[in-house]
Amino acid sequence: MINQYKFEDEPELKDLFITVDDPESHITAIETFITYRVVTKTSRGEFDSSEYEVRRRYQDFLWLKSKLEEAHPTLIIPPLPEKFIMKGMVERFSDEFIETRRKALHKFLNRIADHPTLTFNEDFKIFLTAQAWELSSHKKQGPGLLSRMGQTVRAVASSVRGGVKNRPEMFTEMNDYVETFSQKINVLDKIAHRIYKEEREYFNEMKEYGPIHTLWSASEEDIADSLKGVASCIDKCCKATEKRMAGLSENLLPILHEYVLYSDILMGVLKRRDQIQGELDSRVDALANKKTEKDLFSEEIGKLEDKVECANNALKADWDRWKQNMQCDMRSTFTNVAENNLHYYEECLATWESFLASQTVDLHVEEDSEERP
Amino acid sequence: MESAEAEPSDSRPEEDGGAPYSGLPPPEQPVAAAATMEDCLAKKMEITVSEAEKRTGRNAMNMQETYTAYLIETRAVEPQSEGQCVPVDSLWRRYSEFELLRNYLSVTYPHIVVPPLPEKRADFVWHKLSADNMDPDFVERRRIGLENFLLRVASHPVLCQDKIFYSFLTQEGGWKEMVNETGFQLKADSRLKALNATFRVKNPDKRFTELKHYSDELQSVISHLLRVRARVADRLYGVYKVHGNYGRVFSEWSAIEKEMGDGLQSAGHHMDVYAASIDDILEEEEHYADQLKEYLFYAEALRAVCRKHELMQYDLEMAAQDLTSKKQQCEELATGTVRTFSLKGMTSKLFGQETPEQREAKIKVLEEQIQEGEEQLKSKNLEGRDFVKSAWADIERFKEQKNHDLKEALINYAVMQISMCKKGIQVWTNAKECFSKM
Repeated sequence: MINQYKFEDEPELKDLFITVDDPESHITAIETFITYRVVTKTSRGEFDSSEYEVRRRYQDFLWLKSKLEEAHPTLIIPPLPEKFIMKGMVERFSDEFIETRRKALHKFLNRIADHPTLTFNEDFKIFLTAQAWELSSHKKQGPGLLSRMGQTVRAVASSVRGGVKNRPEMFTEMNDYVETFSQKINVLDKIAHRIYKEEREYFNEMKEYGPIHTLWSASEEDIADSLKGVASCIDKCCKATEKRMAGLSENLLPILHEYVLYSDILMGVLKRRDQIQGELDSRVDALANKKTEKDLFSEEIGKLEDKVECANNALKADWDRWKQNMQCDMRSTFTNVAENNLHYYEECLATWESFLASQTVDLHVEEDSEERP
Repeated sequence: MESAEAEPSDSRPEEDGGAPYSGLPPPEQPVAAAATMEDCLAKKMEITVSEAEKRTGRNAMNMQETYTAYLIETRAVEPQSEGQCVPVDSLWRRYSEFELLRNYLSVTYPHIVVPPLPEKRADFVWHKLSADNMDPDFVERRRIGLENFLLRVASHPVLCQDKIFYSFLTQEGGWKEMVNETGFQLKADSRLKALNATFRVKNPDKRFTELKHYSDELQSVISHLLRVRARVADRLYGVYKVHGNYGRVFSEWSAIEKEMGDGLQSAGHHMDVYAASIDDILEEEEHYADQLKEYLFYAEALRAVCRKHELMQYDLEMAAQDLTSKKQQCEELATGTVRTFSLKGMTSKLFGQETPEQREAKIKVLEEQIQEGEEQLKSKNLEGRDFVKSAWADIERFKEQKNHDLKEALINYAVMQISMCKKGIQVWTNAKECFSKM
């Protein structure tokens, strides 16, 4: 499967190709779950082989995402499809749901593969290459539960105090941007779903519209052909509408949904940056009055300052990259929407024009025969 | 009013031909049974229903009511006076007067497929259209429909010569009284009002049976079509209007984007144009729906002719039956044989025969009735044959008109779809350009 989504950074030098397909249902005594086949083809030296095929379940993807977030707290990690969408009233294991999820998981892995930093992450490599038992044993090796809890506690504590106070202007601007972007992308998502729904209702009515003309033609003689012609045109336009709908659901809807999830991710990334800043700030404040011990803690402060600088730079670079990709994605998606609509109207136009041509030929023939004495 | 009745005979008295209307130039040829296309009133006179006005007045029960009055303008078309300005005559009529005119025509010309009036109440509406009779869009479409009705009557070879019709167009006051004076309501067969009452006709005319069946099918299929068309229009409206939501969001989003901003903003504008374009498109389609509606109602008129024929046939058969039974009675009395059971026969057997004098008297009465009956039957038969002949002539004319009009309507529909597609292509081409510049 060809990666359909172009990325700004070095597409010609792509050396890692990943596909997600073949959903399979597994039934055990305890649970039922779906696994997906993940195929990786690569020319990279770090990989022992050039081709890998593994099966992964949703839980595994969740694990990967959390490891990436842990390792790179201020990088923008691509979104995963949601656990289970209640509002769509889609059944958990319906074909539609599974297919939508599969496409999103495929996207997820490819976005990581195209990311200049994340692509070299060790957990990512293991995810792509390890057999099932290898993966489970690796998962258990992670930092202990207690230490993870400790991190969270510290994070919460520092978030209470902010990290907002000394926040550089640039990140406040980012915050404002993300707030507005989030609003707009959510509205766009709703609009796109609305359009899809209206197009589907239109399609349903059109399905009934054509056949009535055919029915009518059965009781007519002279105009039977014209009626059948109209029926055929309407049926063709009906099929064209179906294509247009498919275009929406294959392109616009998934992309907008992905960016709705992205806006939450961005908020999260900015918060984590603030937290890291907060750690530094709170330490600095705590030591402000302890002049004597300042030298002792200068190394600690230095480390925290480095941490903040790294986080800021990573975020800044990734932000710029994300914006470029977003622009590219939006441009190509909406252009695609416009193209879909163009194809729809062009197809309908051709249908009706050929019907019209057939009718006016008949008229001319009739007129000629009338003129003859 | 004799000249206005259905007289399909081939030779029309000369005095009824020529120029029945004063002030207008005589036609070049003597008038044949029906006016030819060239002699139709429609060619001699321009007729328009040019305005509609809301009025308030008092109705028959002295209660205040609001109604719409329509302005009928007529102008003689005179080939000689090309440069001169011909004066326009005008008068106001309301819908109920149109109805009265049509009822009069239906009763007076039972063998004619009388053009229908536009609908009394808005039907087959989709959500955006109002079902209110006072709604200006409905009034406007009705105005066009009424004008169409007048033009149809004026182009009909038989109907256009009717004096009541001419007065409807030209005589403001006293027209209603004139119509009522014709006594047409008395002629109207009340049995026709019972639309679905069946008359068991022993020897139905196959052609009329087929025609009635066709008119039922036509009514059914056109009303189904109109209903679905209204739903399709509703859905199409929804698709277009939802796209209008893009405009605002794109505009608001463009405010936070540097490079994408312009593309988004201008694309949003095109989405607004797209959403707005559906209003004109659907308004035009409404006229197409009106064209179909006319033939929906024409189907009713066609059916009415079939019904009248059915009734005629029924009356004929009843009269023939009655005559046969009277003849039988006469024969029985004369020969003394009782072929059929009758109570009278039984009672006379039980209680004694009649006197020869009584019998003679009865026979005489019956013979008179038989003679009357035979004359009536003869004239009914003649009437029936004339009816069939002229009805069928008008039905053929109607069929040709219907085929022509419906084919044209379907072609118009295709033209409308083509125009809609072209508009769509233009908008989305523009939008695509904007998107590709984002």
